[in-house]
Amino acid sequence: MTATVLHAVLQGLLLLLLSPLLSGLIRTAKARLQTRRGPSPLQPYRDLGKLLRKGMVIPETASPVFAAAPFVVFSTTLLAGLLAPTVFAAAPLSQFGGVLALVYLLGLGRFFLALAALDTGSAFGGMGSSREMTIAALAEPALMLAVFTVALTAGSTDPSRMAQAAIGQSWRFLAPSQMLAFTALFVVLLAETGRIPVDNPATHLELTMIHEAMILEYSGPWLALIEWSASIKQMVLLTLLANLFIPFTLASAPGVPAILSAAALYLLKLLLLAAAVVLVETTNAKMRLFRVPELLSVAFVLGALALISTFLFGGR
Amino acid sequence: MDPAHAAPTAYGLALSLFLAGWLLSLVLHVWRGTSLRLAGFVHWFALAGSAAAAAAGAAALVQDGSWRWAAPASAAGFSVSVRLDPLSAFFLLALAALALPVSAYSLGYIRHGAYGRSPVLRSGLLNLLLAALALIFTANHVILFLVAWEAGVAASYFLVTASHEQEETRHGGWMFLLMSRAGAGMIYIGLLMLSVSAGSLDFDRLSGAGSAMPGAASAAAFLLLFFGFGVKAGVIPLHAWLPAAHPVAPSNVSSLLSGIVIKTGIYGIARVCFDFYSALPPWAGMVVLAAGVISGLLGVLYALMEHDLKRLLAFHSIENIGIILMGFGGGMLLRSYGYPKLAALALAAGLFHTLNHAMFKGLLFLGAGAVVHETGTRNMEEMGGLIRRMPRTALYFLVGAVAISGLPPLNGFVSEWLTYQVLLAGFGTTAEVTRVAFPAAGAMLALTAALAAACFVKAYGITFLALPRSEHAREAAECAPSMRAGMAWLALACILLGLGAPWFMQVFDGVTMQLLKTRISLAAVSLSTASIQAPPPRTGAASPLALGLLLAAFGLVPWILWLLRRRRVTTAAGPVWDCGLPALSASNEYTATGFSKSIRMIFSVIFRPRREIQPRFEASPYFPSEIRFESEVRPAPGASLHSAVQEALLRLALRMRQIQAGSIHAYLAYIFVTLLLLLLFGVRS
Repeated sequence: MTATVLHAVLQGLLLLLLSPLLSGLIRTAKARLQTRRGPSPLQPYRDLGKLLRKGMVIPETASPVFAAAPFVVFSTTLLAGLLAPTVFAAAPLSQFGGVLALVYLLGLGRFFLALAALDTGSAFGGMGSSREMTIAALAEPALMLAVFTVALTAGSTDPSRMAQAAIGQSWRFLAPSQMLAFTALFVVLLAETGRIPVDNPATHLELTMIHEAMILEYSGPWLALIEWSASIKQMVLLTLLANLFIPFTLASAPGVPAILSAAALYLLKLLLLAAAVVLVETTNAKMRLFRVPELLSVAFVLGALALISTFLFGGR
Repeated sequence: MDPAHAAPTAYGLALSLFLAGWLLSLVLHVWRGTSLRLAGFVHWFALAGSAAAAAAGAAALVQDGSWRWAAPASAAGFSVSVRLDPLSAFFLLALAALALPVSAYSLGYIRHGAYGRSPVLRSGLLNLLLAALALIFTANHVILFLVAWEAGVAASYFLVTASHEQEETRHGGWMFLLMSRAGAGMIYIGLLMLSVSAGSLDFDRLSGAGSAMPGAASAAAFLLLFFGFGVKAGVIPLHAWLPAAHPVAPSNVSSLLSGIVIKTGIYGIARVCFDFYSALPPWAGMVVLAAGVISGLLGVLYALMEHDLKRLLAFHSIENIGIILMGFGGGMLLRSYGYPKLAALALAAGLFHTLNHAMFKGLLFLGAGAVVHETGTRNMEEMGGLIRRMPRTALYFLVGAVAISGLPPLNGFVSEWLTYQVLLAGFGTTAEVTRVAFPAAGAMLALTAALAAACFVKAYGITFLALPRSEHAREAAECAPSMRAGMAWLALACILLGLGAPWFMQVFDGVTMQLLKTRISLAAVSLSTASIQAPPPRTGAASPLALGLLLAAFGLVPWILWLLRRRRVTTAAGPVWDCGLPALSASNEYTATGFSKSIRMIFSVIFRPRREIQPRFEASPYFPSEIRFESEVRPAPGASLHSAVQEALLRLALRMRQIQAGSIHAYLAYIFVTLLLLLLFGVRS
């Protein structure tokens, strides 16, 4: 009990404190690849700190939904993060919900953010809300197929069990089903975190933005909460990708050296995946909105192929 | 009172109250048929009867086994009987849990003329409908079942057509009647085939009768019964009556229609698939699973295209019937592969979703009723901003919207989670290719659920949020306390059924014991962690209670910090960014049609959208004085099924007319020929 609480608190702090750095590193690396100097990787902390200290302007048309959304988004994202294994093979709160609960918690946050976007009455909010829900709906089946592929091999929808089942088989990630599912989930990750080629996190050009359009009317501490949640969500999805498919670095036994090496390897995996995101963002252009479904249907097909190869080869 | 007598007593009381309410309404109608106060008085019978029915259902579920009562044998040599077995008791409970708040809501709702010119008669019909539903769920005899079925159709028809002055209402009622008749015809034949084979009209004897029949007859009876009940449940492509009849009915009736009347079809399917047929070949499970996937996906896609709030909800009923059938179909497949424990989980998932859907869809229709009454339109494009004018209704509707989208920690999440577990477990069962169908159905369930969330962002956002889009929406007022009480009850039920799911799951023990000889709660519930779980050897658990508490805690901490911080920072109200236009108005807002535009484009293969834009201008085409915009999508497959049948009948009638020449000689010749044939027939035999 005490160990679980301690684990949850530590992992919560890890997510809260490290996720802005991850966003900052991605931003800096992207700038360097584009031969710009770019901001320091610590810039997101400064942004968050500044926003939290500022006052804010609330739209006259806003209702209580607008006020509730930042808190709902923050709480659902953080809770989703505690359902995923990070350093240890067992996630701190895995007995309360598995990967399905994780996906649906993120869905709850998105639901409220999309409502808040419509709430202001601004056309941009409606546009962002409509696009976000559409893309999320299309990404969902691909996401589920990829997750199912791992879940079926492990015989569990609990990500801790999914990771534990694969710890002994270090080369399992080279199985065709796992590779296909990994690729599918990576594409979903790009869509869910609003990255190029689906959305551009750096733009405020009205006609192209999705996530930024939804939060256009937010300011001050509420905006900080939403931005922070977005960073956490990105880290959670990267973690899921890293630990579901390459789980053998996770610590399964207590012991300081084991934990330290597992933590270091976890951070390394996150950095490598972040580097992949940076490469994709730098080498691609943002797609037209109606090309995005094609990308997501590719992810869906990859997920379906992963499932079929699990059926044919038994997932090994 | 002795618990063994509690259920029969309460059941008898419920039926007597419903029937008394109906009979009383006939008398009162003659005396003072237009009195709204008397109509409200009659509703109290429905309210009290529902409370009694709830007690009966709960008491019967708590004690194991079934209770029967048979009428004395009639002259015809058979006796009709009723029975409260666990499956019946569960549906009776679902009926009561919805009918109680709907009756309370009706007290306030009918004051505004929802029942047309004869309110007393219609409030009596509501009692009759409830009595018929209670009898459908508890009949133990084919004839009694069919009589109750017809009484239910008749009562619903007259309730749906309350505002029969409108063409649209008459059309909706007609569709309902037409398709119900066609469905009932299939059910008649199917049930009679089973009865003939079993040699009895008693449901007791029919148990397992379907599997004892020879192959082809068994399959034919199964298909007749599945599609016959499927018409009632609204399975695509037999759903056309549903989006026609639900919107035109008074909203309290829509709530009952969608919450429980279409569930009589689900009851029939459950009774047939799991009771009358103790074993079925895998193809039958595949048929049900496929019907579920198609209904779920097409139901939600067509819901997204609607901007009529009540039609949107009606299409969502089709979607949820699809999710229920995914559970049932998965269960049938698992049973035929020899996994009764997993089949029990599937059955429980389907039944749980049946009850959950009754709660949240009942709630949403009641909320829609309040909104439609205040704004005078069902068109969402003329609503908006209602959260300020009707805060309570908006809050309850939000609970319903979150629940129907399957989001944690409410009840929709629980039953969808169970359905996912069933579909995943199916993959490990057999070596056949069919098992790939399970996770594929799971992926489609994910798409369905995500689209449902998109649809309810639209429904809630356009209806309740932003600026009002019409004068009526600007002047809307909160609804009557009795209406709010009905909605509050259902919202609370959505929350409690979600958080308390592990405890509630015990209710399914009786049903799964009766039909599959296994207790579901042993495998699927862990009370020590308050969680539902996938039965071994698969693992995975979810605790809605823990998730709910943690969500509240994680949300409250930053909120309290914000409240402390708020004193020291300035918060100002400011205008919304409108790109520098003079002022933001409702015409700048996204519309319901605009919101779903991207989905309409992406799924254009299904929708085949058509649009027409006609600008009218005087001097230059760049300055149009008026723009006419029209957009429509191809209706769902099966939407014109009834008209195809109607055309075929008319064509047949035209052919038949040729023999009706009107000449007396021709008729004499017909009589002569008939006589001759009869004589020949008589001589030969």
